[in-house]
Amino acid sequence: MATTTPTATPGPKLNHIGLPVIEYRGGKSTLCAGCGHNAISERIIDAMFEMGVEPERMMKMSGIGCSSKSPAYFMSRSHSFNSVHGRMPSVSTGAHLANHQLQMLGVSGDGDTASIGVGQFVHLMRRNLPMIYIIEDNGVYGLTKGQFSATADLGSKLKTGIINDLPAIDTCALAIQLGATFVGRSFSGDKKQLLAMLKAAISHKGTVMLDVISPCVTFNDHEGSTKSYKFMQEFDEPINEVGFVASFEDIAVDYNSGEIYDVEMHDGSSLRLRKLHEDYDPTDKANAVRTLMEAEEKNEVLTGVFYINTEKPTFTDLLNLVDEPLSTLPESMTRPPKEALDRLMSSLQ
Amino acid sequence: MATGDLALGQEQGAIKARARIINDFSINVATVNGSGSQSANSVLLKSIFGMGIPVSGKNLFPSNIAGLPTWYTIRASKDGYVARTRDAEILVALNAETAKQDIEALPTGGVAIYEESQNLKQYRDDVACYPVPFDKITAAVCSEAKLRKLVRNMVYVGVLAQLLSIDLTVVEGGLRKQFAKKQKVFELNFGAVKAGFEYAQEKLPKQDPFMLEAMDETAGKIIIDGNAAAGMGAVFAGVTVVAWYPITPSTSLIEATTDLLKKFRVTPEGKATFAVVQAEDELAAIGMVLGAGWGGARSMTSTSGPGISLMAEFAGLGYFAEIPGVIFDVQRTGPSTGMPTRTSQADLLSTAFLSHGDTKHVVLLPGSVKECFEFGYAAFDLSERLQTPVFVLTDLDLGMNNWMSEQFDYPDKPLDRGKVLTAEDLQRLGSFARYRDVDGDAIGWRTLPGTRHPKAAYFTRGSGHNDAAGYTEKPHEYVALMERLARKFENARKLVPAPVVVKDGSSKVGFLAYGTTDFALRESRDQLKKENDVDVDYMRIRAYPFAHEIHDFVASHERVYVVEQDRDAQLASLLKLDLPAEQVVKLRSILHYNGLPIDARTITEEFVTKEGL
Ligand SMILES: Cc1ncc(C[n+]2csc(CCOP(=O)(O)OP(=O)(O)O)c2C)c(N)n1
Ligand code: SF4
Ligand SMILES: [Mg+2]
Repeated sequence: MATTTPTATPGPKLNHIGLPVIEYRGGKSTLCAGCGHNAISERIIDAMFEMGVEPERMMKMSGIGCSSKSPAYFMSRSHSFNSVHGRMPSVSTGAHLANHQLQMLGVSGDGDTASIGVGQFVHLMRRNLPMIYIIEDNGVYGLTKGQFSATADLGSKLKTGIINDLPAIDTCALAIQLGATFVGRSFSGDKKQLLAMLKAAISHKGTVMLDVISPCVTFNDHEGSTKSYKFMQEFDEPINEVGFVASFEDIAVDYNSGEIYDVEMHDGSSLRLRKLHEDYDPTDKANAVRTLMEAEEKNEVLTGVFYINTEKPTFTDLLNLVDEPLSTLPESMTRPPKEALDRLMSSLQ
Repeated sequence: MATGDLALGQEQGAIKARARIINDFSINVATVNGSGSQSANSVLLKSIFGMGIPVSGKNLFPSNIAGLPTWYTIRASKDGYVARTRDAEILVALNAETAKQDIEALPTGGVAIYEESQNLKQYRDDVACYPVPFDKITAAVCSEAKLRKLVRNMVYVGVLAQLLSIDLTVVEGGLRKQFAKKQKVFELNFGAVKAGFEYAQEKLPKQDPFMLEAMDETAGKIIIDGNAAAGMGAVFAGVTVVAWYPITPSTSLIEATTDLLKKFRVTPEGKATFAVVQAEDELAAIGMVLGAGWGGARSMTSTSGPGISLMAEFAGLGYFAEIPGVIFDVQRTGPSTGMPTRTSQADLLSTAFLSHGDTKHVVLLPGSVKECFEFGYAAFDLSERLQTPVFVLTDLDLGMNNWMSEQFDYPDKPLDRGKVLTAEDLQRLGSFARYRDVDGDAIGWRTLPGTRHPKAAYFTRGSGHNDAAGYTEKPHEYVALMERLARKFENARKLVPAPVVVKDGSSKVGFLAYGTTDFALRESRDQLKKENDVDVDYMRIRAYPFAHEIHDFVASHERVYVVEQDRDAQLASLLKLDLPAEQVVKLRSILHYNGLPIDARTITEEFVTKEGL
């Protein structure tokens, strides 16, 4: 037959709000090839796409560092604020207060968080500000060419042979103790675990703090480093297997298995934590901190969801804000009327 | 005005009989801090105000919670002068530790009121002495021992009322207002006032010339401190996000703001249309302000010198990434912690250029409580219009002291929220470039996070960026950006509050000043006119960048004295950077920087010396 039937080229896969994955991409990465941070950007894109997040309703925040550059490499359709070194928490707090209807994802580095930024970090955790806070943790300052950061492990070695003789700050233990309500650790090389954790993070209301080990291939991926790909492949010790079923997915969740710890998330999704360590209860704060401290003594790098609390009020709840964003309240709601000034004036006479 | 001779008591032989002095003197109340004298001083101030006499009050307090010396001075001035005077004529000496020093500081012919047992008379025979058994009088009217410390202060109000002829009904009215909902407290306090009054009536024959007489100069006026006025300005600007960290003398600005927000900005459903966050430090406070400003909220913080120093890096980000936010700086003395409870104008240069790189900021300089209110709201409009942080510089003297003022006028223009594109705008335009100067005013259009349009987002950064907000290290793109920022700043000269011409006549010499220096300078000009027969032109500066009129003022005078309250002539220095070389040589400085508010006599004397009058 001479006529040709047009073959329907299958369009790109769309998510449940009708967007293809390309709408979640960002600019071309300028980070080193093989940098863990790039893999994390990829997982963020996947998670946002799969969760059907409306890009315009997400704010991307960061401090300064290689890691903090990465918001430029995902989700170009989201407003982004690359702020100053170590101060992402305060800027995020302000941005959230301006419009608390929006979601927020922040990317920081271990230097940005645990060294220069530890002051603001602890207060953000304490406030349980609704945001996803990711530390792309490579144990060094990548952007300033490889000095130790405060998450570098005791005894780990720089390329130059310098040994770190100070203990590491465990950002997860700190976050749990201070009041963050979803705390976990993952590894940039563990696609499955990281993706599930990110998706659950998107469903959570409150501060999500994820410490993601993200090897710096240029300055900290050698023998003697405790943040290298090789080290992680050897010592990564998942405490639970993280599964996630989004509220819009049609998958029955079996809540009764003793093997699985199911957490119903704020938006009706389900976080499924298969226990790998005996009876690990991710809602027990004290136990979570103890477990992390014990793992450190054994030189294990625990990963998984360590702590979750879906009940605790967020900072926004405590402020008792109107539902509308403060940024766009009309003048009639923000400037008191003339009578108010008249009253004040007569009370001052 | 009734003046006449007053026969003095026998024992006051050293004081010559002389004319009565009416409505023109200062009272200095010396106490220890934490003794609760504020209520009494406030009642005294408001009573004089209530008699229609222009009055001002200044609290000179230590950086301490309780037990150290504190002085409160009240100046009554028929001519309306409100600056500090060097000497107070009337002393109420209630602090045993400083009593000797206090009475020694009195001018000849002054008045001392003190606790009887102190016998201060031994130190001076040239002042009128009024010993008062404060403790005995207090005990008689206040049965509860633990309240006596507070009530005791009201006794001197009564004594002064009698000696100076303050109308008791006005005092009563003031007290009623102060203790509005507490009848018992009112009765107790007024009882103490009356007891003091009666004691003085019986036992203290008048031996001094100082008197108060009702005038009609305060009708319709208000009394307020600058911090409360600035906070009120912010609330009438519709501020929505307030982030701060406590520091004297700025704390009460935030407290006033918060009180008013709670009063006027809670919806009928009980929800807040504002967020006030006590941050972990000033770095966080300014970070929150910029985050909120970026997000589209009207945001502010308030601090003093040490906080300003901490805010430096963020201030540069705000300037470079063009983010609005309002920063109040209630100046105190530095360097470093300095004297935290003393006033100064020494933050001008550090705020104008706060941060590294070629950063400069718009700085508003209110010179009265009314301007604290007006600039308090104008700062938000300017900041959103210019898309840059705006500083409002007051000082401890203006911020924490009570000032008489005309009533504040309701803002006559709607809020100016600046250049913001909505989703509908983007629909029409197709796209936008955040930092492109499409209107020729050097200000780009911005979008707010949350704007539902695929082209709404842009990337905000403090690193090099081109007009589409993309990262750049290209020399010409950087230069283009820096030049646009400079043009924007240049344009701001016309948008900031214009200087006030107090007088621009024909004098060869002129004065330039800003802020609280104005009070003393006005009085000094009158002194110069009266005593030296010179009428000096005067322009009051109200903002940086400097308006062109300031250049013209300098150009049209042979010599210009810049009067300011700091050691390094910061205002003069800033002017020198701005003026053409041939004008710079005209500038002279009169400086005052001992922590106390500048007084007229200091200016007059320096001017007379420097001009060789
Ligand atoms: C106030 C300040 N001090 C120092 C720097 C220099 N600096 C830039 S990035 C960085 C460290 C970044 O380390 P990290 O947060 O771990 O990010 P990484 O590059 O490792 O991803 C430093 C010290 C800066 N930008 N600002
Ligand atoms: S220096 Fe290290 S952290 Fe930075 S981009 Fe390269 S690999 Fe990544
Ligand atoms: Mg790092």
